[in-house]
Amino acid sequence: MFKPSFVRRASDPRAEAIVKDALREMPAPTRRLFLRRGLTLGGLTLLTGCAITDDESVQSVLTAVSRFNDRVQAAIFDPSLLAPTYPDSMITRPFPFNAFYGEDEVRQVDGAAFRLDVGGLVRHRAPWTLAQLNALPQVTQVTRHICVEGWSAIGKWGGVPFAEFLRRVGADTTARYVDFRCADGYHTSIDMPTALHAQTQLTLSYDGAVLPAKYGFPLKLRMPTKLGYKNPKHIVAIRVTNTYPGGYWEDQGYNWFGGS
Amino acid sequence: MPVPASTVVHPAWLRVSHWINALAVLVLATSGWRIYNAAPFFDFRIPNEITLGGWLAGAVQWHFAAMWVLAINGGFYLLMNFCTGRAWRKFWPLTPRALLRDVAAALRGRLVHADPTHYNAVQRAAYLFVWADLALLVLSGLVLWKSVQFPLLRELLGGYESARRVHFFAMAALAGFVLVHLVMVALVPRTLVAMLRGR
Repeated sequence: MFKPSFVRRASDPRAEAIVKDALREMPAPTRRLFLRRGLTLGGLTLLTGCAITDDESVQSVLTAVSRFNDRVQAAIFDPSLLAPTYPDSMITRPFPFNAFYGEDEVRQVDGAAFRLDVGGLVRHRAPWTLAQLNALPQVTQVTRHICVEGWSAIGKWGGVPFAEFLRRVGADTTARYVDFRCADGYHTSIDMPTALHAQTQLTLSYDGAVLPAKYGFPLKLRMPTKLGYKNPKHIVAIRVTNTYPGGYWEDQGYNWFGGS
Repeated sequence: MPVPASTVVHPAWLRVSHWINALAVLVLATSGWRIYNAAPFFDFRIPNEITLGGWLAGAVQWHFAAMWVLAINGGFYLLMNFCTGRAWRKFWPLTPRALLRDVAAALRGRLVHADPTHYNAVQRAAYLFVWADLALLVLSGLVLWKSVQFPLLRELLGGYESARRVHFFAMAALAGFVLVHLVMVALVPRTLVAMLRGR
């Protein structure tokens, strides 16, 4: 236990000097002083957005903290902890559309010509057809999709547990990242522990029907343990790698781990 | 009773902690407003001019950086308060009777601030309320940040969507406190001097 006198003495000499210096610069303690301080504080709040955030040194600190937050989230992530599941009656209808473009620009992928490329640290690099993916054992989940914007919606997704898919392609599950490239030019990547999570799903259907174009036909990755922008749609290539792959939004400043 | 000029009202650790907290709250509130604007759940937006971050990603970066400042500084503040015994000296006792008496006195404009080293019951209640409100902000914030990883906390707050509202209302309560706090400081400017130079 600290004694108050000890604390005061320990912090005294240098603090004392700083305070004295500061006081020399200070006018008499009047309401004017308060008003001026108040205005400075107000001015600080007005120096918003672009002004502060665009400063290079500020931005590099914020980016460094974001990388630090990636590591904290990886440490907090419990691979055995499941996201809550819900009854069908709680599904959000209609489930909101969200992408980096409008709903009228949704990519129409030809299912017959579709091939999923698999690459990187895997043993079997043969591309997959939609029929082959549909032939794999399927599971469904009714989970909450949480957007980085704050809103959330409950949906029902069906598909192949991603861990099962990684096993079938002989992925090196000691690798650090799984990278996703999409038909609409989108791109994101995730950590291996999340890739192996029981609820991480290579999704082929929505609410009992073939995955509609607006939700990512023919193939999306569904992870209730990550924010919406980490769940890629229209996936055409999957790569296992140890090199940090980044992502479409992540490269612009959104947090990479993006976990919930 | 007048207090000798040499009496320490606020020790240095408390002043440093207070101003770091003020800065953290300012950053968290203004960046949080920007995040709220990305998907408002009420029929209003916060004017972008008083928000921080420039866009959603920037606001999220500020918010999730300042949260560490608030948490570490808040932990230091609480630890020092309890280790030095300041928590008991300043906030104990706080009885409903004393609170009612001082609220009545304050409303009649007769609450005295003669001794700045002594908190009246209204101050005690207000500052303890802020302790609780900040704790609620941190806990609801944890649920919003990592709703899957903190299941007990999430369920206690009624789920993710409910935690969003809790976080918002706790912010509003804190903003309300800050407003009253600043008005009080304007009425008794000596308190600002004490928070700056300690005496």
